[in-house]
Amino acid sequence: MTRHLVQATLLALAAATPAFSDTAPKDVVFEEGAVAQSLTGNPGNPEEGVKVMTTNALGNCVACHVVGALPDVQFPGNIAPPLDGVADRYSEAQLRGIVANAKMTFDGSFMPAFYKTDGFIRPGNGYTGKAAEGELPPILNAAQIEDVVAYLVTLKE
Amino acid sequence: MQQRKATWLAATALGLALTGMAMADPAEDTLSVETDDGTIDFVTQTAAPEFLKGHLDTIYSGWLFREDETRALQKDDFDNPAMVFYDRGVDRWNATIGKNGESCAGCHQGPESMAGLRAVMPRVDEKSGKLMIMEDYINNCVTERMGLEKWGTTSNEMKDMLSVISMQSRGQIVNVKIDGAAAPFWEKGKEIYYTRYGQLEMSCANCHEDHYGQMIRADHLSQGQINGFPTYRLKDAGMVSAQQRFVGCVRDTRAETFKAGSDEFKALELYVASRGNGLSVEGVSVRH
Ligand code: HEC
Ligand code: HEC
Repeated sequence: MTRHLVQATLLALAAATPAFSDTAPKDVVFEEGAVAQSLTGNPGNPEEGVKVMTTNALGNCVACHVVGALPDVQFPGNIAPPLDGVADRYSEAQLRGIVANAKMTFDGSFMPAFYKTDGFIRPGNGYTGKAAEGELPPILNAAQIEDVVAYLVTLKE
Repeated sequence: MQQRKATWLAATALGLALTGMAMADPAEDTLSVETDDGTIDFVTQTAAPEFLKGHLDTIYSGWLFREDETRALQKDDFDNPAMVFYDRGVDRWNATIGKNGESCAGCHQGPESMAGLRAVMPRVDEKSGKLMIMEDYINNCVTERMGLEKWGTTSNEMKDMLSVISMQSRGQIVNVKIDGAAAPFWEKGKEIYYTRYGQLEMSCANCHEDHYGQMIRADHLSQGQINGFPTYRLKDAGMVSAQQRFVGCVRDTRAETFKAGSDEFKALELYVASRGNGLSVEGVSVRH
């Protein structure tokens, strides 16, 4: 039991830590909102992407978006456009740009920037209400962004 | 008492089950409460104050955004779980708790002497020129006139007393002053309201002006009005003051919050209260 817990923790740490070859948040190149290069240099895993999108502590995209292809998600929000068919509307590069920092595509968007580490007003330490210590990690790491993008490109109608 | 408790639990469970439905708009419902002094009809929706032109046409009480069961609890004082805290506050109002045996009642007579005050708070104190929230007036008496340590801004004794004083203006129309000496505080509060804080970069307006009526996950967004405060929150099974609610909302943007009772949140309370000018003080309300 204890060993399992330790292993789970190590795994979680591995997932949250950026890998060497990742493009750092500050080095991401946006062209009209789109990001052409994979942030990890590798394709993402769409199943992991679903997990990121539906987990509160990670992307929690379903707080605002409905995804018809994920009917088991409880209480999706309806603040933002449904994500069904999103791969017909945007290229992979555009989707990567929207997930990394939607404000580069939609001026003043309500959608949070998931791969951004500075320029915040009174940044907090997670949801503690206390001040952040040092530079914040992005909400999602490069691999998680790629996983989400890998799932989004499957959403064709 | 046991009976009462069971009703709230059932209401909470139902509330949770119902929030999944896509309820878009405020409910079509009206709020009236029978009291010993007759029926009180509450204004829960009305034309927005002039300064909100271009932002909102109509303002709505948060009551209209809660599920049927939660709204029902506020229609009957016997079902309203906040009344327990009001009762407890009245006892403290009468108790000789001061260093030399002073009580609130000793100086102010009955709580009715506070009628009307809640509807115009926060306000600038004429003598000191300071912006006062109700907690400041209460703590002035607690420390200067009763010789006690000041009460915590969000402590239980404070929220009980807020409940007592708010109930004295139940049904009165919120009419907070925003000009004259209040103007600079109001401007500061307005700036805070529209600032996008935290790693999620969200302002009060993003949720409560741009998206009220919509669902953010299981939460049905209201306009974030404070005419109902203090409120009994079913989720917390306790009273919540406006200052406390602000802390929670800013924390949810992954921001460093301001402190309850800080100059920033006092200014914000003045501004948010003024967005509800025209709605009724609900005394003590019930929210999910
Ligand atoms: C707090 C709300 C919120 C969250 C959380 C959120 N989004 Fe969005 N998203 C929006 C809004 C609002 C728009 C519409 C663009 C605009 O007007 O700014 C949008 C637009 C999009 C679009 C373009 C859709 C279209 O059809 O034009 C995609 C793709 C998208 N979001 C993906 C995601 C993903 C993936 C996540 C999570 C990793 C996410 N969003 C989380 C609010 C949100
Ligand atoms: C990320 C979204 C979000 C932001 C940003 C936000 N709130 Fe809220 N707020 C909520 C939710 C969700 C609730 C609970 C449902 C409701 O009443 O709207 C709530 C409730 C409230 C309530 C209680 C209303 C009632 O009748 O019970 C008040 C008051 C309030 N917010 C004020 C504010 C203020 C002031 C700010 C900015 C300092 C703010 N909120 C920022 C999401 C938000």
